[in-house]
Amino acid sequence: MAHSARRRDCPELPDFSLLKRLARDQLIYLLEQLPGKKDLFIEADLMSPLDRIANVSTLKQHEVDKLYKVEHKPVVSTSDQLCFLIRPRIQTVKWICDVANADKAAGKFRRYKIIFTPQKFYACEAVLEEQGIFGDVTTDEWAFNLLPLDDDIISLELPEFFRDNFLAGDQRWVRTAGSALHLLHSLYGPFSKIYGIGRCSKMAYESWREQVEEGEQRTHQAEIGKVFLIDRDVDFVTPLCSQVVYEGLVDDIFRIKCGCVEFGPEVTSSDKSMKVMLNSQDKVFNEIRNEHFSNVFGFLSQKARNLQTAYDKRRGMDIKQMKTFVSEELKGLKQEHRLLSLHIGASESIMKKKTKQDFQELLKTEHSLLEGFEIRECISFIEEHINRQVSMIESLRLLCLLSITENGLLPKDFRSLKAQYLQSYGVDHLLTFANLRQLGLLVEQQPGETLTVMESKVGKLVNDKTAGKLTDAFSSLAKKSNFRALSRKLNLVPKSDEEYDLRVPRDMAYIFSGAYVPLSCKLIEQVLDRDGWTGLEEVTRLLNGHEFAVSGSTGGDSKTKSDAQRIILVMFLGGCTFSEISALRFLGRERGYKFIVVTTAITNSSRLLEALLDNHA
Amino acid sequence: MMKSKADEEEYWNSSKFKAFTFDDEDDEFSRLKESKQAVNNIRRLVEEDDDEDDVEKVSWSGEPVGSISWSVRETAASNQKTDREPAFPKINTDTPTISKSNSGYSLSSLFKGKSRGSFQTFNDSLSDSSVRLYAPELRKPKSEYKDYVSDWSPEETVQRMQQGKVVSLEKFRSLQDKLLLLDIAVSAHDGNVITAVLIYLKRTLSKEVLFRELESRQIALRHFIHYLTETRDQRLLLELLRALCRTEDMALLQYKEHLSIADENKRRDFLKSCLSLPFSAEDSAHVQDHYTVLERQIIIEATDRQAERGGKVEIFQKFPRRASILNMPLITTLYYCSFYHYTEPEGTYSSPLNIRQTFKISEKQYFVTALAARAKLKAWSDVDALFTSRNWLGFTRKKSPLSFQRVVDILQKNSAPTQVLQDYVALVDDADVRISLAQKHKCHDIIINTYRDLKDRQMLLGYRGKVERGSVEERKIDELLNNPVRKKRRGHLHRLHHVT
Repeated sequence: MAHSARRRDCPELPDFSLLKRLARDQLIYLLEQLPGKKDLFIEADLMSPLDRIANVSTLKQHEVDKLYKVEHKPVVSTSDQLCFLIRPRIQTVKWICDVANADKAAGKFRRYKIIFTPQKFYACEAVLEEQGIFGDVTTDEWAFNLLPLDDDIISLELPEFFRDNFLAGDQRWVRTAGSALHLLHSLYGPFSKIYGIGRCSKMAYESWREQVEEGEQRTHQAEIGKVFLIDRDVDFVTPLCSQVVYEGLVDDIFRIKCGCVEFGPEVTSSDKSMKVMLNSQDKVFNEIRNEHFSNVFGFLSQKARNLQTAYDKRRGMDIKQMKTFVSEELKGLKQEHRLLSLHIGASESIMKKKTKQDFQELLKTEHSLLEGFEIRECISFIEEHINRQVSMIESLRLLCLLSITENGLLPKDFRSLKAQYLQSYGVDHLLTFANLRQLGLLVEQQPGETLTVMESKVGKLVNDKTAGKLTDAFSSLAKKSNFRALSRKLNLVPKSDEEYDLRVPRDMAYIFSGAYVPLSCKLIEQVLDRDGWTGLEEVTRLLNGHEFAVSGSTGGDSKTKSDAQRIILVMFLGGCTFSEISALRFLGRERGYKFIVVTTAITNSSRLLEALLDNHA
Repeated sequence: MMKSKADEEEYWNSSKFKAFTFDDEDDEFSRLKESKQAVNNIRRLVEEDDDEDDVEKVSWSGEPVGSISWSVRETAASNQKTDREPAFPKINTDTPTISKSNSGYSLSSLFKGKSRGSFQTFNDSLSDSSVRLYAPELRKPKSEYKDYVSDWSPEETVQRMQQGKVVSLEKFRSLQDKLLLLDIAVSAHDGNVITAVLIYLKRTLSKEVLFRELESRQIALRHFIHYLTETRDQRLLLELLRALCRTEDMALLQYKEHLSIADENKRRDFLKSCLSLPFSAEDSAHVQDHYTVLERQIIIEATDRQAERGGKVEIFQKFPRRASILNMPLITTLYYCSFYHYTEPEGTYSSPLNIRQTFKISEKQYFVTALAARAKLKAWSDVDALFTSRNWLGFTRKKSPLSFQRVVDILQKNSAPTQVLQDYVALVDDADVRISLAQKHKCHDIIINTYRDLKDRQMLLGYRGKVERGSVEERKIDELLNNPVRKKRRGHLHRLHHVT
């Protein structure tokens, strides 16, 4: 629609369906390692990803008898072979040990097989050993670490990556990320250039590089030329903003799970819910997914009118024409009709929900925070939000946005807001606040100077060991967001006095109503434009460094000019939002690139914050 | 009285340009409704022969299995081994552990000057030259490769562990060897291997030694803490934190245990025991509040449950409690008490005023909560009383620590009638907000008065079309439209009326 391909020379995307076939074949191979009839227990969060690559009949053909969800309860299965398809989690393995030990105690003999995906961890095997069932259970790995969700989105489906890596500081998924990259490199490479920023990105790059050296290389025509790796903690502002692009809004409100959304009765205008795949196959969705919500109505009503006209054509047709109409056009029209009514229903429901919660005012507050304007008003808005016990996550989101954009809260504000938050949502959230502080998402402003002075003085006075401890204590300080300075340097917040026509977006800011260019995407744009980090020294300093740009010695000059060099794989370590994907699609159209987004999981503000909550046992 | 056209035009301001807003029900929403209607109208035709499902649904439904042999052929065909060249450079992932050991106990300190790049040379010797097919490599689980367990160096050991191959750690017996192994695992950035080494160290080193060594190895330490958290080894984790003097973390970890205590009395007693934990001063006060709230909730719950069962207290009969108040946040408790115990004297545990006092609840917070509770009960006189204050001259005026826009919102969410709402809508300061609220709640008088004050003839005309024909409102508008100048001087006085 409004911004259809500006440059028509965008290259074609590689075909990623091969990844699905590969994963399915490997699963089948593993199932065949346990011949005979067996019951299969599947970890709850693996069901949807599995659904995308296989189905019941695939499993049945390989002698899977009954399917169960892993629920950490005693099993009712009567099969003498049990197969467990799980994530490498200690608690799940403990449960399997309990199952096996209970069988042993009851004198029941069964075969057990655990398939860990995407890989097994030593810590899990240690549990098997401790519980005395190592050897009674065979284990395998199913390297299912890349699930194509759409033509240009591939997910590792590892939401826990975020908390494990950034909050706990556990690097268990670094190799997984490296392996995922390695697989893409083997199938669609060789890559000619890799850029990145963030500690985890660096490590993932190293892991990938080592795996390339360990394995065999193949030469073929590269389909993906460049790669950009980025850590989620480089930019927390973007995922914390309310999404206003259609796909992002649908995710914020209905939660898209593994490329699929469940629309309730309020959307389907019937009495039942409906699961719908949201991807480029859906012609209506494909045209509105990247649009600012305000454009969606216009588009949908135009579509509805066109559809009406198309249907009206059949009036006055003779039999023969009618026959052609039915055989050629009707099916397409019917499909379009169905999709159209779904998305109209969804838009209507979004509108209702957003009107109810004063969305307009919420957006105004967010924009003020991004702009650094009327902060006192923002604080009292947030305070009222908390006082009225409006959504616990929403309040937390605003607090974090306030903290990151302002480089921490004033001690007085911090104490008062925290106290009110705990009063409204429960003192248990002390633990949540501790997590947020550790991650640098919600912190108290430190009188900057005194601290650095103190740090260096102390550093001189005491021995290394204590200094190390101190530096650790100050580490949250090191994660200062510097948002305001970054925003100025990179021009992230357009001047508010200019009119911004959302129908004809002029930059990536359109995904946030023209109020903010997402930092993550801006970095990608700048690095691609400059072919590296040259000239961005101040920016990387503000982002705490860890940037890199490396070229491979393979890939001759003839190749660098090929289309593949304009196909850019962006890997988000710790999750990316649909809004960021929309922004990259826009950038691609502007510059004649095609972006492929690889992410550890699709995220949004709620998922990001829910991963950090600790108010439950 | 005659007015010239120009006069008239000068008098009326132009209507404001309206941008898209999410609150805009009139425009976009009705457009959407139209589209919906259009689509619904053609539904009948569509359903005529509804034989297939065009929208892809997700289900475990039949689809032919992809052929394995095809895929193997496909990947094998494109498989050619080529000369290796060091394609991508190593970059410096400067993690703090580069200074591997500063404890003085580790052999690794002897290697400090050496570049870590030297580990890399093992790759070449390890890479076997046999040509393996690419496809089976991707499909074969790693456990099938059985290599010999022999005397691997720490670097080789770590590398083999990364590849999921069999290794034995038993040969790393001296502290130096163990720490060197740990440091090399850390420098390989593979959390799985780091944790594996830590499990071995935990088994073969005393706690004191392990803790001491971890203190200077932050990355390994964080892995160890995460491992203990996941295995729920609370005891050892607390010991570790104590050894590291991380007292606040210790306190929080212990406090967290209350979440798994279901019985409220036990939970309360546990929270009481938490009061002596080394929290920060600020958090300590919060935990104290947590304990006090639960203690009260237990008392209130017991009394109210009895009252409800007894069937003699009217409010519990009219509005049966939907859930127990136990373990609810403080503000929910305040709401509950403002709902069921509003008029109680300040001395009782369940009196809202007492709660406000005890927990130092801010005026605004108290106000919001009491307002919501009384509005829910439709106790409009209580609502009115919340706002009323007398100045020194004895005049009453309506005052609110909360903007009147919010007040209207809260009242409306509790389905206040228009008569109640319009009193508060009129008190909203901002004219635009006042109009949109008045429109939403159909307070005609307020809208007409505001347009009059804004001198917006066009909007007034437009609004005439929306009120009932022949109504009082219509007559009022007509009067204004015909005679604006007369009202002009009075207009600015209008706002003062509400304060009285």
